[in-house]
Amino acid sequence: MPSNLSRREFFVSSTVAAGVLAAGPAAALTEGEARQLVDQVVADIDRVITSGGSEAAILREFEKLFLRYADVNIMAQYALGVDGRSASNAQKRAFNDAFTTYITRKYGRQFRDFIGGRVEVNGARAIRSGYEIETTAYLRGDGPFAVNFHVSDRSGSLKFFNIYIEGVNLLLTERDEIGAMLDRRGGNIDAVISDLRSAG
Amino acid sequence: MPLSPSSKVSVRSGLALALVLSLGACATSQDPATRTNGVNDPYETQNRQVHAFNKGLDTNLVRPVSQAYGVVPVELRDRVNDFSKNLSMPGVAVNSLLQGDLRGTGLATVRFVMNTTIGLGGFFDPASELRIPDHDTDFGETLNVWGAGEGAYVELPVFGPSTQRDTAGLIVDIFTNPLRYSGAVESNPAVRPTATTASVLNDREKFSDTIDGVLYESADSYARSRSIYLQNRRFELGTESPQEIDPFAPDPYEDPYAE
Repeated sequence: MPSNLSRREFFVSSTVAAGVLAAGPAAALTEGEARQLVDQVVADIDRVITSGGSEAAILREFEKLFLRYADVNIMAQYALGVDGRSASNAQKRAFNDAFTTYITRKYGRQFRDFIGGRVEVNGARAIRSGYEIETTAYLRGDGPFAVNFHVSDRSGSLKFFNIYIEGVNLLLTERDEIGAMLDRRGGNIDAVISDLRSAG
Repeated sequence: MPLSPSSKVSVRSGLALALVLSLGACATSQDPATRTNGVNDPYETQNRQVHAFNKGLDTNLVRPVSQAYGVVPVELRDRVNDFSKNLSMPGVAVNSLLQGDLRGTGLATVRFVMNTTIGLGGFFDPASELRIPDHDTDFGETLNVWGAGEGAYVELPVFGPSTQRDTAGLIVDIFTNPLRYSGAVESNPAVRPTATTASVLNDREKFSDTIDGVLYESADSYARSRSIYLQNRRFELGTESPQEIDPFAPDPYEDPYAE
């Protein structure tokens, strides 16, 4: 059943984050800043990989990177989708926390696939809420893969809010996943929150 | 080349072509309006049964065997992957030609010749060392170039996620491998399936975390495989540029496929 598909999916799960360059709130995001963020992410991944730490230590570092560079709040809000409208504020907060744990663990773990590989930044284009930074990832014995980061400063700091790996994007894929979790729990957000804490 | 094998090949090709035409007909007659969320899956019930079968196959056979194969040194497994990939190049060259993609035909041909000769039968990849770009395609893409619609989503036993168009393409690719016509390169018909199997096992092992994540940790592994397959395949074929999702929009919950 294995196929190219699965080979790429891992990658979806495998990307990461960029530098918080704290642009002033009034200043518009520039292409240079967006690029710099992605350069920073790539450099940080390299740094962690070459640090020579134990696997457990490397995983913890990857999780920190994801948390620092990804706009996890907007990812959580999008993933919950319309079901978020009926949730109470307390539920939204609890979901946000549980989703953060889940997504960080899940995607951080996948950075291991970068070991022995490299990422090159190719180009950028403006999108509605910021910039798309196009990169190519060369993995050991595989690839190249097209990896695109969508970067914005709408959250108040410069972060990436979506990643496309060979066309497969994090926001849509995770919204489908949360949707499936809600279906399985008959729409009970509290049950999904507790599932998320133990998932990933 | 003796007459009988080649006539067998053409009978097979004829059958495959007939299948393509009939499947292609289904594929184009699908009404895009029946799609929900960008997914056209009228056979979901049957597909889910096949998915359960495939998952069982993975649990009981593919996954454990791939773990055993993982004991083989990675350098050696990579050589087998290169060999398997090289065997697919003649098919890539022919499909590129059918798509009017002369650059692709050239790349696949050069890669095949170079890797088969100085790459010692394809076990090494000097073409990549020399920075000759990789090229990959299949008859499913050829059908797309020719204007066939994607058709419904289908999950195939063993082969996994597909669409009607890609299923037709897969059948043609299996039965019309150009290597069959040249006894010189591949005299034993078991070589290619064996190489492909080894290569699949290698990938299963290499990306086990991710694949396990999709199959065993997802709330709905069927829907997740389907979503990832369709997003990736449409990207590869360039039929749909990846949708830009703007989660900061006033109503970010709009259907991202709806535009």
